[in-house]
Amino acid sequence: MKIGVCIKQVPARDAPLTIAEQGAWIREADIGFEMNEPDGYALEEALRLKEKHGGEVIVVSLGPERTKQTIKEALAKGADRAIHVVDADFYRLDPLASARSLAAVLRKESPDLVFTGLQSDDHGFGQTGVLLAELLGLPHSTIIMQIEVLDGKLKLKRELEAGWFQWMEVPVPAVLSIQSGINKPRYATLKGIMAAKKKPIESVERASLGLADEPTEKLERIYVPQKTKKTEFLTGSAKEVAEQLLEKLRHEARVLS
Amino acid sequence: MPAFPGVDFIDFDSLLTDEEKLARQTARQFVDERVLPIIEQCNRDGRFPLDLVPEMAQLGFFGANMQGYGCAGMSNVEYGLVMQELERGDSGMRSFASVQSGLVMYPIYTFGSEEQKEKWLPALAQGTAVGCFGLTEPQFGSNPGGMLTRAVRKGNRYVLNGEKLWITNGSISDVAVVWAKTEDEKVHGFLVEKGTPGFKAWDVHGKWSLRASITSGLAFNDCEIPAENRLPEAEGLKAPLMCLNQARYGIGWGAIGPAMACYQTALEYAKTRRQFNNRPIASHQLVQEKLVWMITEITKAQLLALQVGRLKDQNRVDHTHISMMKMNNVAIALDIARLARGVLGANGIVDDYCIMRHMNNLESVYTYEGTHDIHKLIIGERITGIAAYM
Repeated sequence: MKIGVCIKQVPARDAPLTIAEQGAWIREADIGFEMNEPDGYALEEALRLKEKHGGEVIVVSLGPERTKQTIKEALAKGADRAIHVVDADFYRLDPLASARSLAAVLRKESPDLVFTGLQSDDHGFGQTGVLLAELLGLPHSTIIMQIEVLDGKLKLKRELEAGWFQWMEVPVPAVLSIQSGINKPRYATLKGIMAAKKKPIESVERASLGLADEPTEKLERIYVPQKTKKTEFLTGSAKEVAEQLLEKLRHEARVLS
Repeated sequence: MPAFPGVDFIDFDSLLTDEEKLARQTARQFVDERVLPIIEQCNRDGRFPLDLVPEMAQLGFFGANMQGYGCAGMSNVEYGLVMQELERGDSGMRSFASVQSGLVMYPIYTFGSEEQKEKWLPALAQGTAVGCFGLTEPQFGSNPGGMLTRAVRKGNRYVLNGEKLWITNGSISDVAVVWAKTEDEKVHGFLVEKGTPGFKAWDVHGKWSLRASITSGLAFNDCEIPAENRLPEAEGLKAPLMCLNQARYGIGWGAIGPAMACYQTALEYAKTRRQFNNRPIASHQLVQEKLVWMITEITKAQLLALQVGRLKDQNRVDHTHISMMKMNNVAIALDIARLARGVLGANGIVDDYCIMRHMNNLESVYTYEGTHDIHKLIIGERITGIAAYM
């Protein structure tokens, strides 16, 4: 089974974020980057399927040169090879442009399965996987909690709302968006890190793919939400405070009639 | 528990390769997820978390900078960064890895016969065997050349008599690398297996330091071992000193770990603890002075460790370089722990925080593998040409 896994490098979870003076993004100079956490689950699921059923795991990532670090992490954990679509300024791209970039290199590989994380921890659009399926002309399913390989098809457990799950079947090839928590991602072992040095990373300039650059949506501005909530202290005897509180619940919050 | 973000004031990370950062990341995650949640209780109980050994082995932490025999074959800088993170967890965790790698696997790898290597190295790398290193004796610490332990040849066997003390992992070891004088007064290394008649190991109790680590004494009483258990290529005191060089190198990196942990703890505390007009104590000049001194010393220690690591990877390192790294980095780590304890006030003395555990641990690290003062004399001899050990 040939599995492509789409991985994004995002700002580290606890990185102190500041907004850039220009453009609609953050200052990147002072922060660290890491593998998008949901993509880590997608990678782990692909590695487990490979270990059980054989085949190959190919990591595909779009991003600037620094993305190589995250690609090497995926190789160190057990992916066989990687394709890096290089774009120094990829944060200007919308989900459709990202999906087009990934589709362009994945199409040539004709994978049996393509996995993505459910969403990215930075923009959090949650659309790239679904758009990718559409561009590749493949069926897709999202929020996957369990995968069973049947003959020529997959049995999937999807997470719905309010604690409900759904079992469904999809034919192969397919694109799946993996839910976080489906498995426990492994550490990269030191041997794995050494072995990754010899694994191939194919670099493709995004500009060389001949894709349209006009965004279908554009981030105008990012900003820190303004505080609109305030705390008011009620004073007086318990009875007086209770009366004031009732008044406020009735006429300001309007949660009581 | 939030992930440790690292301490990097001058973009030190830009001096590291992707592989070096990945090796550190693996050890960092392991420590955050597996060590820190349990280590304070281990320290209280005086218990080494032996159950973590298989996982450490699987991640490749033992003999990580050796080639073959199931070892990861990493560079010395990668190995050093792993030691830093392990010791950020606890000096006992790093000590275990240091002893297994630098003091047991290294001498077997460097001075051992092919049979000895095949028998022990894969098992030690996989953590299915644990080793210890017996050089120090009750009466001979800084001057190991005065050792009293004897190995007398008797036919195709050696007979060992003597005592070793302050031996990490002694009582849980499957194999002890024991240094003893033969009849020609030369020091040789011997592999003594667990259960050999005449070999006993016992544990040192009442420690205020390295409580999450096993410290033992070894006793040899007409202990007979096969002659082929002698390390064939080790002759003279130089051999065990070469081993200590490996371990000291790991300590030089390792000490940066607790220094970072104590600094990070003091910084967070100073920003949230409020006194005098509800202002954070980090607004006090005297507190800022302490924090600035800490991060400056950590930054210098990182650069010292990295340069010595690069020299080691290029086979250009001198043992005096490693002495300077061990001497300096452990001393500043201990000073940082003490300053951090002061910043936390009364809270600094309880094990809700890591500080006094690290401080107490570092008192051992300051002394073992060449005391602080002995490293001064080693460097002193190097720059003046005059040995001052008397």
